[in-house]
Amino acid sequence: MVEHVDLSLIDWSRAQFALTAIYHWIFVPLTLGLAFIVAIMETIYVKTGNPEWKQITKFWMTLFGINFAIGVATGIILEFQFGTNWSNYSWFVGDIFGAPLAIEGIMAFFLESTFIAVMFFGWDKVSKRFHLAASWLTAIGANLSALWILVANAWMQFPVGMHFNPDTARNEMADFWAVLFSPVAVNKFLHTVSSGYVTASVFVVGISAWYLLKKRHILLAKRSILVASIFGLVTSLFLAFTGDGSAYQVSQKQPMKLAAMEGLYQGKHGAGLVAFGILDPSKQQGDGKEPFLFKIEFPKLLSFLGYRNPDAFVPGVDNIINGGYKPGFDHVNPAEKVLTLSVEEKIRRGKLAVAALASYRDAKTAKDTTLSNKALTDLNLNFPWFGYAYLNSPQSAIPNVPLTFYSFHLMVYLGMYFILLFAVVLYLNKNDKLEAQRWLLWISVFTIPLVYLASEAGWVVAEVGRQPWVIQDLMPVLAAVSKIDATSVIITFWLFAAVFTVLLIAEMMIMIKQIKLGPKDGGKK
Amino acid sequence: MPIETLQAYWWIIISILGSLLVFLMFVQGGQTLIYTIGKTEPERKMLVNTLGRKWEFTFTTLVTFGGAFFASFPLFYSTSFGGAYWVWMAILFPFIIQAVAYEFRSKPNNFLGHKTYEWFLIINGLLGTVLIGTAVATFFTGSAFLVDKSALTNLLDPAISRWQHPAHGLEAVLNWRNVALGLAVFFLARVLGILYFMNTIDDENIMIRSKKQLLINVIPFLVFFLAFTGALLTMPGFAVRGQTGLIYGESLKYFHNLIQMPIVLMMFAGGVVFVLLGVALPLLDMNKYASSGIWYAGPGTILTVFALFCLAGFNNTAYYPSTYDLQSSLTIHNSSSSQYTLTVMSYVSLVVPFVIAYIWYAWRAINSKKIDAAEMEEGGHTY
Ligand code: HDD
Ligand code: HEM
Ligand code: HEM
Repeated sequence: MVEHVDLSLIDWSRAQFALTAIYHWIFVPLTLGLAFIVAIMETIYVKTGNPEWKQITKFWMTLFGINFAIGVATGIILEFQFGTNWSNYSWFVGDIFGAPLAIEGIMAFFLESTFIAVMFFGWDKVSKRFHLAASWLTAIGANLSALWILVANAWMQFPVGMHFNPDTARNEMADFWAVLFSPVAVNKFLHTVSSGYVTASVFVVGISAWYLLKKRHILLAKRSILVASIFGLVTSLFLAFTGDGSAYQVSQKQPMKLAAMEGLYQGKHGAGLVAFGILDPSKQQGDGKEPFLFKIEFPKLLSFLGYRNPDAFVPGVDNIINGGYKPGFDHVNPAEKVLTLSVEEKIRRGKLAVAALASYRDAKTAKDTTLSNKALTDLNLNFPWFGYAYLNSPQSAIPNVPLTFYSFHLMVYLGMYFILLFAVVLYLNKNDKLEAQRWLLWISVFTIPLVYLASEAGWVVAEVGRQPWVIQDLMPVLAAVSKIDATSVIITFWLFAAVFTVLLIAEMMIMIKQIKLGPKDGGKK
Repeated sequence: MPIETLQAYWWIIISILGSLLVFLMFVQGGQTLIYTIGKTEPERKMLVNTLGRKWEFTFTTLVTFGGAFFASFPLFYSTSFGGAYWVWMAILFPFIIQAVAYEFRSKPNNFLGHKTYEWFLIINGLLGTVLIGTAVATFFTGSAFLVDKSALTNLLDPAISRWQHPAHGLEAVLNWRNVALGLAVFFLARVLGILYFMNTIDDENIMIRSKKQLLINVIPFLVFFLAFTGALLTMPGFAVRGQTGLIYGESLKYFHNLIQMPIVLMMFAGGVVFVLLGVALPLLDMNKYASSGIWYAGPGTILTVFALFCLAGFNNTAYYPSTYDLQSSLTIHNSSSSQYTLTVMSYVSLVVPFVIAYIWYAWRAINSKKIDAAEMEEGGHTY
């Protein structure tokens, strides 16, 4: 009986995960950042005792609460989806991956949900200081949730601190600290939470700018802009810095993703960074065509950013498929350097690993120690390419290049633009000239959707760029998926799409109404 | 620590989280009563608000229960969630709509209207409790699935866990025992919800209607609970041969478990007595005991459910039996994480007492007085 994994099942499962993650990520960044902005505002209130600051704090806190509720609603489904839709994955790496998920619940979600109750219901019931502490603890709790899930995600991009156990047929954790402090995890955490801070800053600046345009709540608007533009300027600079750190990690650990981010097919020494480019949609790997219809480059910058050396060799898609190079090294001395394997060879070795696992398990059942020992040696030798066994052609190791490329460039442009925007707004606000610049106020309002775009684009780079891997090199998506019929997933996909869209519309209508009502009535009816 | 100890320790943690979850589903039970007990808008507002201060706690416990199960017994996660797909989806959807319902219900311009959000709460209260109860019953009655770890080496079809019933979990409702536990959980949640209202709301009418509903709900609870317990103690179970891990059917397995683990028997019986006491006291003398029912029925629920989890997992029992292939059944030994991971997680579990302590502290600070109609009008944060 030969059965195949249903390809449409994989696509729909991916689509469902992407849909739900994208929805979750509409709400999470604002939670991450606004929690801190609110806590800063409340700190100013407690320090100055000025009731206007209390009103400002309460206004933004109302918006925070609306956003938080729907963030929670979209989060629960992600957690259980690892089981429902990626059940093979859940077994293969659950020993490592489950831990951060559980720690997140124990350490972060309870912290957040307890102190959020104090934040909202405690104003007249607890002391000022206790309330302030609750606001800070909520912010810390939110950021801790981000920490653990990002550790889990980083581990999928760069699996460390584990070994494969052939008896249980899964990976087992060997070093918790290696998982927690992997350089990919550290960068991912810092970059992602700071993207949340920037998102919230743009949000606060944008809404306040709208008040200035409408000549309402002027004091609230100016003070909010002051706090948010300082916070935004600092964090957006940090965001660019950690973005560079993320890109550096990608070039070391996921060269294929980097090649896709830059549309680089033919690798070279001293590779340039594409400042602007339009890809030729008909480009196929191996057809020898120039991938760009048009491009402008910063010479040598990609080599510098990726390897901290302007002349370093950056492999392109073709090089990675064909193998035979050494990344980052100028002149390869074949005598002393091991060259990168071709994907075809990796597939061959992956198949050896899988076959060795099969004969190990058979030999174990048959109690044949010699055979099982030999199989184990083969398995360990070839395990680094285990996941390649499931690929049906070398080309299936290539992600969607245009989507990764455009998303990456969009994110970077917007990142630069936010820095500029915060600097200008801060400067004008300080000199009290902001109100006169109506064009700039309008720009600030219209930047709100852009920051969400940048943020989602970042995830598209990270997640689409690592295809076909769900665990880099060890497990492709088709080996990870649950054994269910595609129809079930199609139905749940559309149910999620419908429910989340309706809830998003409701959330936006409530949010806009609360903004229109403004702080006067505390944002209430 | 030896791995067997760690596995037992983690099954205890899972059992604690599971039993806390069932207790905290008083929120869900209460949600199904907002129209029955709240006849006017201000009354409903009080009911929704008193539940609204606790809903997140139940929700977070559910999430943590899932996460802890994943970390400690990942084979359960991959077998049950991926296999009984439709049951879990049917459980999750009501929780999605619940999560926004409180915050959005009374906000102006909320798109769906406040009635819709109240219906979200009712749907969550109904489906959440019945289905979670039904799913837990399959820990005893079993499901049809196959686990084959060698499947990983089949490049064309590597799924190790395969569900054998096309209804993907919904077939659980075909077994009356599962449904009986589901309905017992549903009515228990309502009983707890009523006791919680009596404990936290200061309002004459709500008190009178709560008392009436208490009696109406406790009777079906007892009927379904006794039916399930009777079936449980007389049915054959899934036993594990100590050293080899071989699984075989044993008649009266759960009855044997109960008498072979006297502590569990005591917890089970004590739990039931406490639940009954929690209901009886306010019924007998409402004025004196109205508030305190939940303090008996709550711990009683926790003890009983904890005992049920112990019956399912301990004393060489397969906690997630397969009726399709006996040897695929999950035990706490063959489905757990590695020794290393369980050890790491055990260190993490040491923070739990701190978590409980700050929750207690924070709640005491904000819950010092009962909810009444006046507070709803004061203009503080309400749902
Ligand atoms: C406001 C949103 C935002 C902005 C303006 C930027 N980023 Fe970003 N970026 C994210 C929001 C984000 C993110 C959503 O947080 C991601 C998704 C996954 C992750 O780790 O962070 C991300 C991912 C991400 C990745 C992929 C990491 C991976 O695959 O693991 C790289 C290389 C960069 N970013 C680089 C940058 C650079 C060089 C920026 C220039 C300023 C930049 N990002 C601005
Ligand atoms: C696929 C992975 C993810 C899973 C499984 C997941 C899971 C969850 C769950 C279950 C909740 C509800 C918690 C509660 O009961 O209070 C939640 C909320 C939250 N998650 Fe996620 N999440 C994921 C991705 C992310 C990412 C990438 C981040 C941040 C970087 C994040 C940050 C948060 C935060 C801050 C909350 C609080 C609620 C809110 O933001 O509105 N999550 N998540
Ligand atoms: C919340 C922010 C996130 C967003 C917006 C996001 C976005 C996406 C997208 C667009 C895909 C589809 C990629 C494709 O199939 O081509 C995807 C897949 C996936 N992501 Fe994420 N992701 C997020 C966070 C995470 C986190 C934190 C994890 C794990 C801890 C994760 C795990 C996965 C998995 C398992 C898949 C399915 C397998 C795959 O296609 O690789 N995602 N995500």
